[in-house]
Amino acid sequence: MDSLITFWAIYSNVILSLGINALLALSIWLTLACGVLSIANAAFMGIGAYAAALFTMKLGTPFLVSLAAGMLFPALAALVIGLPVIRLSGIYLAMATLAFGEVIRVLILNTPTLTGGARGLNGIPQLTEWWHVFLALAIVLAVLWRMRRARIGRAFDAIRSDETAASLMGINVSAHELLALVLGAAIAGLAGALDAHLTFFIGPNEYGFSRAVHILTMAILGGITSLVGPVVGSTIITLLPELFSEFIDFSLIINGVVLVVIVLFLPQGVWDPARFARWRRQGGQRHA
Amino acid sequence: MLELTGVCLRFGGLQVLQDVSLRVPKGAIYGLIGPNGAGKTTLFNLITGLLQPDAGDIRFEQTSLLGRRPHQIARTGLARTFQNIRLFKDMTLLQNVVVGAHRHLGYGVLPMLLGTRGFRHQEADAHRQAHELLQWMKLDHKTHELSDNLSYGEQRRLELARALASQPSLLLLDEPAAGMNTGERAELMRWIGEIRARGYTILMIEHDMHFVMGLCDHITVLNFGKVIASGAPAEIQRNPDVIEAYLGRDDEEGAP
Repeated sequence: MDSLITFWAIYSNVILSLGINALLALSIWLTLACGVLSIANAAFMGIGAYAAALFTMKLGTPFLVSLAAGMLFPALAALVIGLPVIRLSGIYLAMATLAFGEVIRVLILNTPTLTGGARGLNGIPQLTEWWHVFLALAIVLAVLWRMRRARIGRAFDAIRSDETAASLMGINVSAHELLALVLGAAIAGLAGALDAHLTFFIGPNEYGFSRAVHILTMAILGGITSLVGPVVGSTIITLLPELFSEFIDFSLIINGVVLVVIVLFLPQGVWDPARFARWRRQGGQRHA
Repeated sequence: MLELTGVCLRFGGLQVLQDVSLRVPKGAIYGLIGPNGAGKTTLFNLITGLLQPDAGDIRFEQTSLLGRRPHQIARTGLARTFQNIRLFKDMTLLQNVVVGAHRHLGYGVLPMLLGTRGFRHQEADAHRQAHELLQWMKLDHKTHELSDNLSYGEQRRLELARALASQPSLLLLDEPAAGMNTGERAELMRWIGEIRARGYTILMIEHDMHFVMGLCDHITVLNFGKVIASGAPAEIQRNPDVIEAYLGRDDEEGAP
């Protein structure tokens, strides 16, 4: 028992990061699943973190209400920027969402009376229990799993494959893309809200460009063809710095290298059911 | 059922379609033929809402399709296949066909999340229909494979199954026999006959004359964006303008 307590004392941070990062990877998976490259999820996480923390600290709302606020505000922000931006395609949409992320960061920097500005928000009550994180992850996974097996999940896949053909099957492409963006923002916001109530302190630079790339790397590394992919990817990316803790200063470089290697050699990600099926077939043929 | 009146379209300085009118009656197999670049596929793109005409009107079951977006037009009961096949490549055959049934799945968000009986029932129906269509198109042995792995002829058949899954009242086929061998063509002709027998109306672009003459009740010939002839297959075959468009003019005076 003592050893378990020691283990938890040392590794609780890592274990909780596993959950938070899995939520973040799933949040960007939603947009990637319908072929939309939006990199605003770090900003959505920030909006969620600030909204939830401010609700708790300034309004004294119960934790559950703060979490709801942490999902609602980024979802509304996603709706507002999504309406004009979703018509853009590919790299233009990526640029617009990246710019939005910077706008949010600068906005937080310049409203010190509300958000603490560059000095960040201090003294957030630590309300998040470890099981809150994993319950949230379980609920998000269950909802997304249901969606994948229904017409909405198939519509996402179809849009990613061929937008024109999807629209001619009666699928409202822009409405589905907008929905993916808004739901993704809500999940990123939930991760931010839970994280804010773990860490006591949040600052605007935590939700900048490097976090955006970090989130994207987790999803791409894991693979976007199933729900397992983002969870596997976020687990690897979270544990990697622990394994190479003496190289902690180079963690951003390592993440970058991982992203390049994956895109070059495993474009479908680590977790790719289609590749597993090919392996099984080839293995079967060898035995036959 | 489908009525085009005076449809015109320009791409910059190029007049792609000029005053095109045609009427596809219910239950017909209607052929649209013409040399390459005559504007046939462009006409399909106008009907399905991917392009908007500069002038003229397109009516489907008495309502104008102008200004409607492609998914709205598809939901009124119009489905198409593509000359350059457009399948959902990283989805299985079954998923491809079930996507076709999208407009018929009417459950809400809550039934989906809770997995209610209504939800399961609708999903089961869509999957059963998809299995039937795959069986009909002789693709059922590959139901769970990725559509990317199919041969050319199989891809065309899968596209047909996907279009049929939306239970359209009008089916637009863009060169369904392209790239098929003689045996596959004969089989496809039989299938299209069966599809009509099931009550579908078909508008078809095709180059294979044997195919068109054998199937269609009515044919319209386009050349350089204009209708140069329209009528029953036998009339079209005798029409001097059509023969000229396809074979060139017998121009003895011009010869040296």
